[in-house]
Amino acid sequence: MPEQPGKNAIEVRGVRKVFGTGENQVAALDTVSVSIRENEFFTLLGPSGCGKTTLLRLIAGFDFPTAGEILLHGQDIAPLPPYKRPVNTVFQSYALFPHMTVAQNIGFGLEMLGKPKAEIEARVAQMLKLVKMEALKARRTSQISGGQQQRVALARALAPQPKVLLLDEPLSALDYKLRKEMQIELKRLQNETGITFIFVTHDQEEALTMSDRIAVMSAGKILQVGTPRDIYDRPAERFVADFIGETNFLPGTVVSKQAGVATVKFASSATISAGYPEGFNPTGEVTLVVRPEHADLVPDPAKGTITGTLSNIVYFGTDTHYHVKLDGGGENFIVRHQNSRSRAVTYETGAKVGIQFEEDAARVLKD
Amino acid sequence: MAEPRVMDIKDQPGFRSIAVICLLVLYIPVLILMIFSLNSGSLVTHWEGVTLNWYGSALLNEEFHSAAKNTLIISVTATIVSTICATLAAIGMTRVKPWRGLAAAFMVINLPLMVPEIITAVATLSFFALIAGTFGLNFGIGNLILAHTVFCIPFAYMPIRARLEDMDLTLEYAAADLYATPWNAFKRITLPLLVPGIMSGAALAFIVSFDDFTITQLVAGPGQTTLPLYIWNQIRRPMTPEINAISTILLLVSILFVSVSFLIARRRAK
Repeated sequence: MPEQPGKNAIEVRGVRKVFGTGENQVAALDTVSVSIRENEFFTLLGPSGCGKTTLLRLIAGFDFPTAGEILLHGQDIAPLPPYKRPVNTVFQSYALFPHMTVAQNIGFGLEMLGKPKAEIEARVAQMLKLVKMEALKARRTSQISGGQQQRVALARALAPQPKVLLLDEPLSALDYKLRKEMQIELKRLQNETGITFIFVTHDQEEALTMSDRIAVMSAGKILQVGTPRDIYDRPAERFVADFIGETNFLPGTVVSKQAGVATVKFASSATISAGYPEGFNPTGEVTLVVRPEHADLVPDPAKGTITGTLSNIVYFGTDTHYHVKLDGGGENFIVRHQNSRSRAVTYETGAKVGIQFEEDAARVLKD
Repeated sequence: MAEPRVMDIKDQPGFRSIAVICLLVLYIPVLILMIFSLNSGSLVTHWEGVTLNWYGSALLNEEFHSAAKNTLIISVTATIVSTICATLAAIGMTRVKPWRGLAAAFMVINLPLMVPEIITAVATLSFFALIAGTFGLNFGIGNLILAHTVFCIPFAYMPIRARLEDMDLTLEYAAADLYATPWNAFKRITLPLLVPGIMSGAALAFIVSFDDFTITQLVAGPGQTTLPLYIWNQIRRPMTPEINAISTILLLVSILFVSVSFLIARRRAK
């Protein structure tokens, strides 16, 4: 449901952020526009330096945009200082106040909002329960573990009931097992509180498993916004396809197109149908993207759409990767087989093989 | 087996003996001074027996009382004023956008550490003489307080600034994010976390003011004798162990202050 209508919690309109002056100017964000819906788990995904944290800081109010608007429920908050925005942040380093107890940390936001003492106490108790930290409420933050600090940071940011919760790579400091637990925990908290989460990460797996929608960023721009399935199955650009999951790129030539599907001819003169992104008009030489699990090997090269020689077989336990050196040259093509007992054919390195594609396996990339 | 790549200085030949010699040279004279404060004879070079009489006579000595009172008035006032100035300066130089002249301001604040003290002393003396000559103004003991405040500022400034620079700026962002106005964020987060730095700054300023001799000697007017000046005046006469007793009291006060500020800093840092 990529275009399901819904109210927008945050609307970023034409936001630019330039750091430095004169020759040292760097555009951290280059005219970014994106809408984030209410109650959505929205992820900003990209490599370090892509501008995702800058965008988060602009929404939080720690930096101000060079140009553009940031709307929160329709109201422009870009000129407001952070303490006037109903938005809270979970920091990568947690930034818990070391001279306060767990409970004092959680209550800090409400206290600053001038809430009555009884209300603060009730809310803090509720938050402690939500993140399962009741037993440790009187501890100093230096006396609890990393995972517990993470929970306190979450509770502290959720306590004032913000309209939007911003999370800046909050799981990156945790070890693998704890990270998996916290991913589930975060989804649970988002469901229970109904607050819009904007989550920043460079971990594509984290983004795919947790998000309702993902914005893939690179070099200060948003390249593609969509559900995890959209982004994975229908990447629009080479960067998106390459950054998320494993991918094969194949060169081809467009021979005809109709209703969003192009017929593309390979060098071997075999053809394939491939969808292309909306609003894009593919012509001439194009690049196709095919996920390794959307292709299959056949022992008889004559039955394959494209052909090649098996150059390497890599066993991963759950699945096996076959590296095929294509007859037309270019990059090796990878086919992933899930390992099951019923697979009858075994392949040997050096064998001539054909490669078949599932329906809708191939997509035309924009660049 | 991985060899430790870092050189351990304790393995260097002669390290221990050099260390021991340095410590002995540093502390033996002080130790002798303290031991002779208990000497029952009236010479500071000839041991005769143990007594606490010199402490008794020191504590009853009117001149010592007045010198101690002057010292405390000057040191405490100078400590408070210089620590406040140093705190404001440190905040102004770490918690604002870089401005033109920041490096110059840093230099100006720290210059008194590098200028030979006798030059500062002569300059201060000439300055007060000029004011007195031109405007007929003399602040009495205020002259000394002013002079001490000025040279204490860099000493108070350094630990405060170091603490501010070590502090995680994200904490202040977090406070702002949780609806704290800049003033509330300062009051509730920055200031409490800065207290250990302020305490060590104040302790340093107090010690520096407490035992200042050169500037005080030149600027002090009649009746403004401080403890270091008093000791200086005493040793020009035939010395008795009373001066050792007074010096020991001064030393113990200094040690007390340094220890307290160290303990506070360590406890807060936990």
